[in-house]
This record gives sequence, structure tokens and C-alpha cells, in this order.
Amino acid sequence: MIKLGFVYVLAGLMFAGFAIYSARDAGNPKRFGNAAFWGLTSLSFLAGDRLGDLGNGVLVLALALLGALGLVGRGPARPADAAQRLAAAERQASAERLGARIFVPALVLPLVVAMGVLVLKPMRISGVPLMDPKQATLISLALAVIAALGAALVLLRQPPTAPFREGQRLANTVSWAALLPQYLAALGVVFATAGVGNQIGLLVNTYLPVDTRLAAVGVYCVGMAAFTMLMGNAFAAFPVLTGGVAIPILVNHFGGNPAVVSSLGMLSGFCGTLMTPLAANFNLVPPALLEIPDRYAVIKAQVPTALLMLIVNVVLMYVLAFR
Amino acid sequence: MLILLGVGVIVVGFALRLNPLLVVVAAALTSGWFAGLSPLQVIAAFGKAFNDNRFVSTAYLVLPLVGTLERAGVREQAGRVIARLRGVSVGWLLVSYMIFRQATTAVGLMSIAGHAQTIRPIVAPMAEAAAERRDGPPTDETRHAIRAMAAATDNVAVFFSEDIFVALGAVLLMVGFLTSAGIVMDPIRLSVWAIPSALAALAIHATRLIVFDRRLSRDARSAEPSDAQGGEA
Repeated sequence: MIKLGFVYVLAGLMFAGFAIYSARDAGNPKRFGNAAFWGLTSLSFLAGDRLGDLGNGVLVLALALLGALGLVGRGPARPADAAQRLAAAERQASAERLGARIFVPALVLPLVVAMGVLVLKPMRISGVPLMDPKQATLISLALAVIAALGAALVLLRQPPTAPFREGQRLANTVSWAALLPQYLAALGVVFATAGVGNQIGLLVNTYLPVDTRLAAVGVYCVGMAAFTMLMGNAFAAFPVLTGGVAIPILVNHFGGNPAVVSSLGMLSGFCGTLMTPLAANFNLVPPALLEIPDRYAVIKAQVPTALLMLIVNVVLMYVLAFR
Repeated sequence: MLILLGVGVIVVGFALRLNPLLVVVAAALTSGWFAGLSPLQVIAAFGKAFNDNRFVSTAYLVLPLVGTLERAGVREQAGRVIARLRGVSVGWLLVSYMIFRQATTAVGLMSIAGHAQTIRPIVAPMAEAAAERRDGPPTDETRHAIRAMAAATDNVAVFFSEDIFVALGAVLLMVGFLTSAGIVMDPIRLSVWAIPSALAALAIHATRLIVFDRRLSRDARSAEPSDAQGGEA
């Protein structure tokens, strides 16, 4: 059976490759900071279970310091030099030569992911599942990347070092922001241990008006969005506010349909996800990846849609839950 | 009450644009401290949680593939395809992508596309090429606005269609929580009620994309004559 450990080893080897090729990237003034950053990340993926809790904690501090001291990334933007113009001309020529064939590996990726989720996941070999069903998506993604890379190297005639060399270039474009989602996930666990969620839920239930049906719907939906913005994750907000407001008041007191209430409550939380920097993988990593200088540009593009959708969810819940 | 100061550290740290990795560690230390943990205990708890959440960062497995495709010229080719197609505007391109993304996510195929594997190498270059063909070479600000809108479109599409699929995380979490609260429910009953919001999201965001597109075209037209005058003066 293929398990999550396979994905971790693969990721660990990839980050090790990023570290080696970062160190060899003589054009980048931050080459050694980058090598240390991805080297530690690789260590976490390959040996994280053997470092102990405190060991992992020290590793986390070291990664944060490398990022905060400005030792990670691509260095100041330089005016396009001769080498860059040459690379751009080569890419243009390569695109003209390869034509539509260039999209084949990009299509292999989703096709293999879909096959993994739909075909390989239910498959069993003498009673044992082929892959851990709980991790089927990640395992399928890992298999798909290997298949698509194979297709890229053969069909597009790319050198075998290209995945590490070019992957390192992208990783250092995203820089320390790449690990922010994992940091925030860990912070969520620490917050839960410290009881932050329960404390906020208590405040909402004590101080907000929930005596009419519309007010209660509004408090639950807006509360889900606001609480999600503070926690970075609708999944953290859902149990607190659904247990504190939705079930006792909307369902038990006003007789709302629990399916409608929960479903639209979660979607109200997603409106919050669109507006918070704490949902870093959706909101802060993309600007880094797309080389947009304003760190909050994607959030700003999402806010109008998120606010309108919050209103839509309040109205839908008010109309649909109490028929 | 004082454990909430950790949330305050996050809000202030992000508002001041300090390095987020350090802000996160400081927030953990603050809330942990007021919950009665020593700094060493917090660091150990944070390290354990970091290790347990490594799956979050496995998404970067696509970077070597995306980088290799870029070296072969995939972004240039994406731009060339759009430059050859007549009548494809930024707005309609992103609306089409949103429909594709919502439809595939609603049947459980959320992970076939994303910011790294689709937006950066294919969708954003296509959108920039569409703008360039109609309005001439975009300014840097316009390019950044187009990229941000492309990334936002991916997020909006995924968020307001993933709950339609019964076996994705959010629906299973809701079923689990409701069961523990004594309300037993078939997941399909939850996912049905996600459909009206998915349609509303498509209507709202598609409208915004078309408006965004019109504004790009208007800005480009109003920029041209003033540039010409500047040249004469």
C-alpha cells in the first residue's frame, strides 16, 4: 500500500535538490541562505519524525529567522542582462518549435490525478488497498507529477537537471512565503491547545444579539466570516459557532433546517477565507508565485466578491432554512 | 481572556507587514504563555504541529514540473495561442476558466488545477496576452491586476463549488460535527444546499470579471492620447 510517507520522501528529495541547485546558482546573492532554507525543509520531510518535538521546534525557529533576516529569495531585481535576454529568446524559439505539444505534460498532470482519485483509489490488490484511501489525493498528485515530468523530459527534450534547476528558481521566487501555510496550520493547533477558539465563541455568544430570527442568521453568518478571518480557516470556526449559535438558537429555538444552516454557515466562513492573509496558501502564496509586488493584491481582488457572497448566504439561509 | 492576545499579535504583525513567519511564532508564544505554557513547551508544541502538518507543503511537488514547462516556453506558447484567437477577452477567458474550475471541483477534481500548475504557467499568460492583443502592451500595474484577478478567480471558483462534492473535507467535517451534536445526516443533504451559492458566486464574480475587462479597455484607451501629447511636448 502506498502511504503518505512516500509523498514525504519524494518532497524531501525535491527540497534537497532545490538546496543543492540554489547553492550553485551563482547569479543569486542569497544563494547560501536559500540552500540552508530548503536544506532544513528537506530535513523536516525526510527525518521530521526522528527529530523530536523540540528538535522540530528549533528547526521551525531557524527557518523563520532565515526568512526574517532577508537571507531567502531571489535578491534585488536586476535590469535584464544579456543572459536573461538570451534565455527569453530561447524560450520563444522553443515554444515555436514545440507548438501545442508543450501542453501535453500539463494535461498529463490532471488526467493522472483524476485517474488516481477515480480509478486507483478504490483498487485493491489481494484485499489490501493500493493506496491509503485517506491520502489518495496527495498520493495521486505525487504520481501525476512523476508521470508529467517524465512526459516533459522526453516529449519536450528537456535536460534531466531541469526539474531541480527550474524548480529551485520558482521556489526562490515564492521564497519563505512557501512555508507560511504550514506555519499557520501549526499555529491553529497551538491556538486550539490554548483555547483561543472557545474564548472567542464565548464572547460571541455572550455579547451579540440573537433574539430575532434575522439577527441570529446574521450573527451566525457574519460571525463565521469574521472568526474565519481571525483563525485563517473556516474549519476552525465551524465547530465553535455552529455549536454555540447555530444549533441551540437557529435549529433548536427557531426550528431551522440543520442541513441548510450548516451548509450556508460553512460557505459564509469561506467568504472570510477570501479576505484574510491568514489563509496564506490561497491569498499570500499566489502573489509571490505570480510576482505581484503587493502582498495583499489577491485579497483586494477578492473582497468585493466575498462581501456580496456573504450577503447572498445570509439571504439564502433566511429564506431556505425556515420553510 | 489574555490568551486572545495571540490573535492580536497576528493582526498587528500582518498589518505592519512584518515577516509573517516570525509573527506566527510570536503569536504562538504569546497565546501559549498566557495559557500557562513555558516558551520551551510552546516551541515543542509548535514543532510537533509543524511536523504533523507537512502535508500542507506537499503541494509544491508541482514546482519542478511547472519550472521545466516554463523553460520549454509554455508561457510564451500560452500567449501565442491567445494572440491567434480572435475575440477572446480577459473577461471571457477568466469566466470560462471559472466555469471549468467550478464544474470539475463539484465532481471532486479540485486538485487537477491550481495557482502553481495552471494560473502561473497558462491562465495568467493567456489573460495578459488577451489584454495585449486588444489594448497594446499593458503597464506593469495592469499586468499585476490581471494576475491578481486570475488568482482570485481560481479561489472563488473552488470555494463556492467544493461543498457540492460529498466526499471533500468540508462536507465530511460538517457531518462529523452534526453527528456529535446528535443530528444524523446524509452528506448529500448538505451538498445540495451548496448549489445555490455556487450559482450566485458564478453570477457575481463573472459580472465583476466583465466589468474589470471593460475598465482595462477604457484605461488603455484613455492612456493612449495623453501619452501622445506627452511625446509632442
